[in-house]
Amino acid sequence: MTQPGMTPEPSMTPPPGVQGQAAMTHPDVRPFSFTASDEALADLRRRVAATIWPEKETVADQSQGVPLAMIRELARYWATDYDWRKVEAQLHALSQFKTEIDGLDIHFIHARSQHDGALPLIVNHGWPGSVIELLEVVGPLTDPTAHGGRAADAFDLVLPSIPGYGFSGEPTELGWNVGRVASAWAELMRRLGYTRYVAQGGDVGAAVTDALGRQAPEGLLGIHTNLLVPVLRGGQTADSKEERAALAALDTFRTSGNGYLIEQNTRPQTIGYALLDSPVALAAWLLDHDTDSYYKISHAFVDGQPTGGLTRDHILDNITLYWLTGTGASAARSYWENTRAAALAAAAGQPPRQVSLPVGFTTFPDELFQAPRSWVEKAYPTLTYFNEVDRGGHFAAWEQPELFSTEMRAAFRSLR
Amino acid sequence: MTQPTPIQPAPTPPPGMTSPDVRPFSYTASDDALANLRQRLVASRLPDKELVADASQGVQLATLHALTRYWGTEYDWRKIEARLNALPQFKTEIDGVDIHFIHVRSKHDGALPLIITHGWPGSVIEMLEVIGPLTDPTAHGGSAEDAFHLVIPSLPGYGFSDAPKEVGWDPSHVASAWAELIRRLGYTRYVAQGGDQGAGVTDAMARQSPNGLLGVHFNFLSSFPTEVLAAIFGGEFAQGLFKRVAVAVVASRAEKEHAALAAVEALFMRGYLAEMNTRPQTIGSTLTDSPVGQASWMLDHDTDSYEKISRAFLKGQPSGGLTRDHILDNMSLYWLTNTATSAARLYWENAQSIAAAIASGKKAPEASVPVAFTVFPGEIFQAPRSWVEKVYPHLTYFHEADKGGHFAAWEEPQLFSEELRAAFRSLRQSGQGKVGNEQRMHS
Repeated sequence: MTQPGMTPEPSMTPPPGVQGQAAMTHPDVRPFSFTASDEALADLRRRVAATIWPEKETVADQSQGVPLAMIRELARYWATDYDWRKVEAQLHALSQFKTEIDGLDIHFIHARSQHDGALPLIVNHGWPGSVIELLEVVGPLTDPTAHGGRAADAFDLVLPSIPGYGFSGEPTELGWNVGRVASAWAELMRRLGYTRYVAQGGDVGAAVTDALGRQAPEGLLGIHTNLLVPVLRGGQTADSKEERAALAALDTFRTSGNGYLIEQNTRPQTIGYALLDSPVALAAWLLDHDTDSYYKISHAFVDGQPTGGLTRDHILDNITLYWLTGTGASAARSYWENTRAAALAAAAGQPPRQVSLPVGFTTFPDELFQAPRSWVEKAYPTLTYFNEVDRGGHFAAWEQPELFSTEMRAAFRSLR
Repeated sequence: MTQPTPIQPAPTPPPGMTSPDVRPFSYTASDDALANLRQRLVASRLPDKELVADASQGVQLATLHALTRYWGTEYDWRKIEARLNALPQFKTEIDGVDIHFIHVRSKHDGALPLIITHGWPGSVIEMLEVIGPLTDPTAHGGSAEDAFHLVIPSLPGYGFSDAPKEVGWDPSHVASAWAELIRRLGYTRYVAQGGDQGAGVTDAMARQSPNGLLGVHFNFLSSFPTEVLAAIFGGEFAQGLFKRVAVAVVASRAEKEHAALAAVEALFMRGYLAEMNTRPQTIGSTLTDSPVGQASWMLDHDTDSYEKISRAFLKGQPSGGLTRDHILDNMSLYWLTNTATSAARLYWENAQSIAAAIASGKKAPEASVPVAFTVFPGEIFQAPRSWVEKVYPHLTYFHEADKGGHFAAWEEPQLFSEELRAAFRSLRQSGQGKVGNEQRMHS
């Protein structure tokens, strides 16, 4: 068995041709690239091919979890047609860096716009995602004139990997909750020389962004999120049709869809063993997030009909990243940290600080629940932008990169 | 509980005789399967160490590391296989599912037939050490009058029983199948016992009160008084009874109830329960491909048994029958039979039937047979007598044992056996020696 600490180390060799903008930034920011070893990829294929399958579910839908036919088709594609080297090359073509903040090596993609006066924007991925979910918005956000926008819409983009996810280091001590991650992001932006910037996030990334908004570090002009995390603490009103529908969706999630959440909140190490040892275990666990994205991903694999960027290859790019970096347990542990932080704050009787910066919010129709404007205004009294769009789900940037980018442009226009 | 599907009865055997539909069974794992298991264990990829000094992030790396090493090297499945194959094992198809069971008859005339149901993450392996004391009491500190004929079935989807291919096999359905199993064995008077999921099945038997069932014994409380459910879940479980009131009612009682309420509340917040109640197929896909994944999931059941099992692996100090070998016997059984998914699905079935019962507003019939209960101190929660009396008005025996935990039969086989002798003693008298003379104690 692999001893702890002997998880295959990713190759750290920078690829030729990566210049990056490191020269303009802090000396502690180093170029980074990752090339998986042939052995690691062969071992992955071998493990997938040798999978021992459970029996078929006894229902005709996904109400018992990820159906056998779906996971088998994913595994077949993964072990045969899928090619990790493609996304690896896509990542190599971007400027990637690492920098140690607060004792932890942080990985990030840094894509600067060619346009002067571009607004710096830090976008946070969530779970079960990674920087992979955000790759398709790099073009529209940094190079808007080539994607239906104007030069005045340009962003300089910073896409960090949350500690314990992907190429960022795994915390080896307690305390890396979203508050601490947010503080690290403020330092990251400082090191990159940005004195005015905005932040965005969905899922866990929305929690990090929310925390950034409450900390209001120097230079942060405003935030945008696409998951209303404050309501997850409870206390919602149900005064309108929209509010009642959102509450019903939250109730459905709490009664039938939050097993993964409770397990990761409380027992990240327990579930971590399967996630590190079995690629199919990892895939099943990561796929079973929300019903809408599950069905979209299932369409991609079983019916060959992807929704936007949720293609077979990109789904597997993300899962393979978790596998190759061995981060199933450490990513799960981020939930434990946030649960602990919330419990400590509650025990201390500390209400969270208000967000006093401008806030933008977009409700995507297929998200876990459709946040009504009234809830968003209550959570963020300084709401300056709210929109309900007509398509897209939990992985908005991944699934609808153009629409997501249009939302970023509109949400942050007044802050430029 | 949903209405059980009617079960097709086999021809009634002559009293005391077994139905022809019951076939002898034994199991021998292939060398390939055992070699493959060892290969996987040796090739395990383990995560980094947890960041805490206790089990608060889940199963600790040191424990799993020791378990994986022992399982992949010294552990020998053939020992338990030989032991199982030395017992009378059978299979019989009931309602389309082939049911496995161990059937050990006592040499003593007038022994009382007893069906014991295991739970999750257990199997018939938990019960092997009580076979001697229960069927052969004179060799284990008891008298001939304490003898039981023992039936130890594998729950559908567990171990050597087949997994149901259709929905509906909730604890109530299993209970109906057990009544049919007992009938096929020619028993017309019997008692039933269970803990964990086995308590759920035994509870359903008590409420169905099939012909011949004289009484039941539990070592886990699987049904709760209304105010306890209301205190945990709010008004949903009790019309007009709001959570605040319920909490106040429960909290105003003795300290013991307070502690039990907190423990039950914590139990309902457990990840393994939430996941298996709702997503057995997803967690199944993570368990059937990785022996360490399966081991970790099964170890993380309750704090007391986790600590005892950890001590067995890390310090060589097993607690009673919870030895390294027996822990791995049970895990290997799940692995070799590839039943992690179907075992988890019983939770889904149970959750479905509870949701259906709440939606319909129908209350389960009361248990009308005599009920006995033993509280073991290491159990997830110490059921207060007041709760047990409320759930089972016909409580005839209640005892708090001084040692043992969730896996009471496994950990303390002698004590567990003594509890069953005491619990069922009063039910023997009326029909002693009248095997075949059907007695219905209630209607």
